[in-house]
Formats: sequence, structure tokens, C-alpha cells
Amino acid sequence: MATPLVEMKDMCISFGGVHAVDHVSVDLYPGEVVGLLGHNGAGKSTLIKILSGAYKADSGEIRINGEEVHIHSPRDARAQNIETIYQTLALADNLDAASNLFLGRELTSPLGFVDDDKMEAETRKIMGRLNPNFKKFHAPVKALSGGQRQSVAIARAVYFNAKILIMDEPTAALGVHETQMVAELIQELKKQGLGIFLISHDIHDVFQLCDRIAVMKNGQLVGTAKTTDVTDDDVLGMIILGKCPEGATPGPGALVDDTVLG
Amino acid sequence: MSDTALPGSKNPAARNFFAALQLDTRLLGMIGAFIVLCLVFNVFTDGRFLTPRNIFNLTIQTVSVAIMATGMVFVIVTRHIDLSVGSLLATVAAVMAVVQTDILAHPDILGLGHPAIWVIALIAGIFVGVAIGAFQGWMIGYLGIPAFIVTLGGLLVWRNVAWFITSGQTIGPLNETFTMLGGIGGTMGESASWIFGILAVGMALWLQIGSRRRKASHGFPVKPAWAEVTIGAITTIAILGFVGILNAYHIPKARLRRMFEAAGETMPEGLTVGYGIPYSVVLLILVAVAMTVTARRTRLGRYIFATGGNPDAAELSGINTRFLTVKIFAIMGGLCALAAAVASARLGFSTNDIGTLDELRVIAAAVIGGTALAGGVGTIYGAILGALIMQSLQSGMAMVGVDAPLQNIVVGTVLVLAVLVDIIYRKRTGE
Repeated sequence: MATPLVEMKDMCISFGGVHAVDHVSVDLYPGEVVGLLGHNGAGKSTLIKILSGAYKADSGEIRINGEEVHIHSPRDARAQNIETIYQTLALADNLDAASNLFLGRELTSPLGFVDDDKMEAETRKIMGRLNPNFKKFHAPVKALSGGQRQSVAIARAVYFNAKILIMDEPTAALGVHETQMVAELIQELKKQGLGIFLISHDIHDVFQLCDRIAVMKNGQLVGTAKTTDVTDDDVLGMIILGKCPEGATPGPGALVDDTVLG
Repeated sequence: MSDTALPGSKNPAARNFFAALQLDTRLLGMIGAFIVLCLVFNVFTDGRFLTPRNIFNLTIQTVSVAIMATGMVFVIVTRHIDLSVGSLLATVAAVMAVVQTDILAHPDILGLGHPAIWVIALIAGIFVGVAIGAFQGWMIGYLGIPAFIVTLGGLLVWRNVAWFITSGQTIGPLNETFTMLGGIGGTMGESASWIFGILAVGMALWLQIGSRRRKASHGFPVKPAWAEVTIGAITTIAILGFVGILNAYHIPKARLRRMFEAAGETMPEGLTVGYGIPYSVVLLILVAVAMTVTARRTRLGRYIFATGGNPDAAELSGINTRFLTVKIFAIMGGLCALAAAVASARLGFSTNDIGTLDELRVIAAAVIGGTALAGGVGTIYGAILGALIMQSLQSGMAMVGVDAPLQNIVVGTVLVLAVLVDIIYRKRTGE
């Protein structure tokens, strides 16, 4: 393929001496879903928060469409059409769906005032597409169910024509039906040429949705592989033992021979 | 949408009368409590509480605290607190007093009684208030010192900065035009008050119709027509009723006669002249409108409520929450300056103890008005109503002749009970 949509090269970040992300390099192509896997605390979320502007990397290089970019804040990330759906959803519970969807990017009237009616109309449109059962447009989002809240968070990421989408555990709080909905959405977005980083603990989801996987352990990259080249057990071995199977490209965190590192 | 922070049923298809009006039930509860309070005091004072004169006095006594309470809503909504408002008021009052009496009134500058004095003094005061507020906000937002600590320090610092500015003296008398901001010394008179009232009614109805049109144009459900008419009628009656009451408080005969004598005329027999709306109340109304518009119709307001609801989410949405804190405290400082102008103008002097304990009154007003200390929830009109309830309690008890210590016991108890009722209400309605 041509230039990757996103290239993160040699990313490092540490918090008080702990190397949360240690020389990790990953990339993402248009129309591709890359699953980021690993234990809790492996550094997946931290890596992704560097890309979304929540954290600033100590060193490393981020390239979007081959050009180096500097992302210092969530605003910078949004300017690069990077949208993130956080595990915590990052919704202001006291505001309604429309206010959350447009938070930080409010539609305003010519006089500069917030145009709530227009935002509500837009919210009704996109929700009609994503979750037709959604009716509570005036309630604060804390009054919504887990799935409804999730659809608000997803709508926020999708509405602004993201090119790169980061989904941190998008199905963790969802029922079967809603999980299916998210899966269909991911397929649709893929077709539109978006690149998606998907963080998940669910191996089944990962094999169903992802084209490639990247596995992290203790802040280091164990390896990357096409989902067609590896099995469930291979992936579990990567996550648990840091063992890189044949068919995968080993990273700096992969076990060398059979000696256990650290 | 008008309900970033308002609880209450919003179901347009509701069968029930109140639900169809789509009013904030919490607001209705507060107004109900206020009316009961007034009626009780009226009975115990043999009808003296609900006279035009007392309502007029209550209104002008509330203004200073109410102006600050609107700013305290923003502070508390973002999970901060400001304990320094009373002291800040004193510092700004001292600055404004010194500027107008010592500096501007000096014969070499503008001279005593110059008509521009009050404006310059007021602008100087607002500048100082905003600067101090912004400085405190900077320490909270950028240095990460908790607001409680910064403003607790401010409580001590600014009270005594005021003392230094005035060398502990009472400064006055203040400029005559300036004292018109204080209340009874500056009222609009009957005709102007009616015009103001009619303009206010026109504005309110225009906003109501505009909102309905906009909703209809987007195809959203709207209230039934009869509900709109009812609300319009209530608004009209409330505004004109208020103007009528303030106009019904007549300038005392003796004072009116002196005014005529000063003008070199004789007073016609049987003439009565009402006070009308005090300028301080006009100022409060302007502040209330501006703050409500800020809260609901601007990005700043949206970010304030979002940050209060979930600071992390606000930050991840690209909101600069640190600078937001500076802005909020700067607004609070500016409002303290306006309140200082009203308070010192009402006294006619700037004293050392001006605004003492106002921080507690202001916080209490905001909290009674439904601002949650947990953040994210609060309304401007609620805070003003809270200030009015506090003031009514205090002056009502004074009129009934309740002992001073008992008055404070009652006010303290009411504060705690009001919050308890609010908690129970929110649990019941699931807000």
C-alpha cells in the first residue's frame, strides 16, 4: 500500500520513572482496522492518548499521510481529523446529547451565540442514522442508558468527518445488540476509507473486526500481525507471554528464544 | 433548548397542566416557598411586610448580594468556591471611594461634583475587580492551588488591602451621581418605570415567540398554544405588577416639599410622586440578563457547565479549562466591583467593614438557588431568588422582632434545610 495514514515511530512516554510506552512504533492505513491488544497497564491506552492529544510524548515522531505533525492538545488532534471514543466516553453528564456532541465545536448563530436548535436538529439527524431508537434529546446524558451514551460518544466522533478514529473499548459496556451495531458501524466506516485503531480485550471482536493487530506488553510492542496469519492461541501467547509467533513481525518487546525478559 | 442545567419534565405530550407549561418545577417550588415566607411574615407584622415600602427596601437591600451571587453560580458550577468576594468588595469600594473623593474631585483634576466622576470611578473599580479576580483565577487554574485556599487567603488579604488604601478611615461622602447607584437615592420615577416595564414585557414576549418559531422551523415539538399564552400572561403580570408596586411607594410628603423648595417652587396640594424602579435594580436586571445569556447562549457558558459536569471530558474536548478558570474568576471580580458600587453608593460612604460576611451570604444565595457544590448544576435566576429569600428572611425576622442571635440561627438552619430538600428533590426526580 501507499503512505500510511498514521505512523507512530519510536514513541516513548514515562510517568515518574515508569516507561508506560517504550519505543513503540505502529502504523495504520486508510480503510484499515488495527487492533491494539495487551493486558491492563500494557500501555495501549497511553499510546493512543498520545495520538489523541491527551498526553504529550517524551520522544518519537508522528506522521499523518507521511507528514510529521506535532500534537500537543486534543484540539491539535481534532485539527488532524483524529477523533477518539474514550473508554470513559468523556461525556459531560449534566449536558444533553446535542451539547455533548458539539462540545468544543459548537454551532453558532451569526451573532456568535450558541445555536442550540440547529445543534439539536443535526443531532437528531445523525442519531437517526446511528441509533434510531434514540429519543431523549433533552435529557442530560446521565439519564441515558449505557448504549445510548455510547451512541452519543460515537456520534461525536463520526459527525465531524474523522479520517482517523480511535476507539478505546467501544463495546465494553454494551449488550449483544448494541455490540452488533458498533461492529456494523466499523465496517461502514472502513468502507468510507477511515483508519481505525481499536483497543479491545475481546479476542473474538478483534478477529471479527480487525485487519491487523498490534500487541503490547509492559509498555513495549510484542509484535504486529495480520489477523489472517495468526490464530487465537498465537495472539493469547503474545498478550500473556510476549511470545511472537511465526507469521507475526516481532517488536522490541518480543521474547527472544525462550528466555524470559525482566 | 433552554435546559442545560434545569431539571423538570420536558415531555410535550404530557396530559398534566404543569407539565404542558414545561416550567422548571424546582423554580416553582422556590417561588412557592418565597410566597409562603412573605405571607407568613405579613401576618406576623400585621400587614407591614407586603407594603410597597417594604418591598422596595427588600429589593434594594438584595441587589448587592444578588449581583455577586450570579457570578458565584459560575464559580460553584465549575467546582470551585470564592470566599474572598466580601473582602474584594471592600477593596474595590475603597478604590472607587478614593478615586472619586481624593483624586478626581481634586480641583486640579475634575473638581468636586463633576458629572464624569462616577463613570471613571466605576470603570476604575471594575478594572481593579477584574484584575484581582483574574489573578486569583490564574493561581487556581495555572498554579493549581485549590480555590478554597486562594480565596481564603484573599479573604484576609483584600479586607486589609482595603484598610491600607483608606488608612482605616471611612471615605465619603461619595459623589452625588455615584450614590444614585445605591437605591433610594436614584430611581427612575413613575413614567420611566412604566416605559421600562412595557419594554421588558415586549422583550420577554418577543423572545418567547422567537423561540417557538425557531423550534417549529426545525420541526421540534412545541408547547400547546394555550400554555404559551398562559406563560406570556404570567410574565406580563409579574413584570408590570413589580413596576406597579415600586411606583406605589410614594416619596414622603416632607421630602417632596423640600425637593420643590430646593427648586424654588411650591408643591401643589395633594400631589403624590412614586419612586419607581431604582437604578440599582436596573443594574441587577442587566447583570442577570447578561449572565443568563452567557450561561445559555455562549460557548463560555457551555464550557463552564461542561467543565463542571466532567472536567476530564471538557479537557479532552479541547477546552482550555485553565484559562476558563481565569475567566470565571475575572467575571466574579467584575461583579464584585458592581456590587461594591451599589453597596457603597447605598451607604454614601466606603467603610472598612463594608461587605463583611458577604461571601457567606453570596454562597448561601447561590446554594439555596439550586447551585450544586458538586458542580455542573445551577441557574442565574435561582441564585437571585436565593438572595431575595435570604434577605426576606433576615429583614422579615427583624420586623417581627426576633432576637438577633435567633435570626442567624434561623438563617443557618434554613440554608441546611434548603440543601436537604434539594437533595431529596433530585433523588425523587432522578436528576
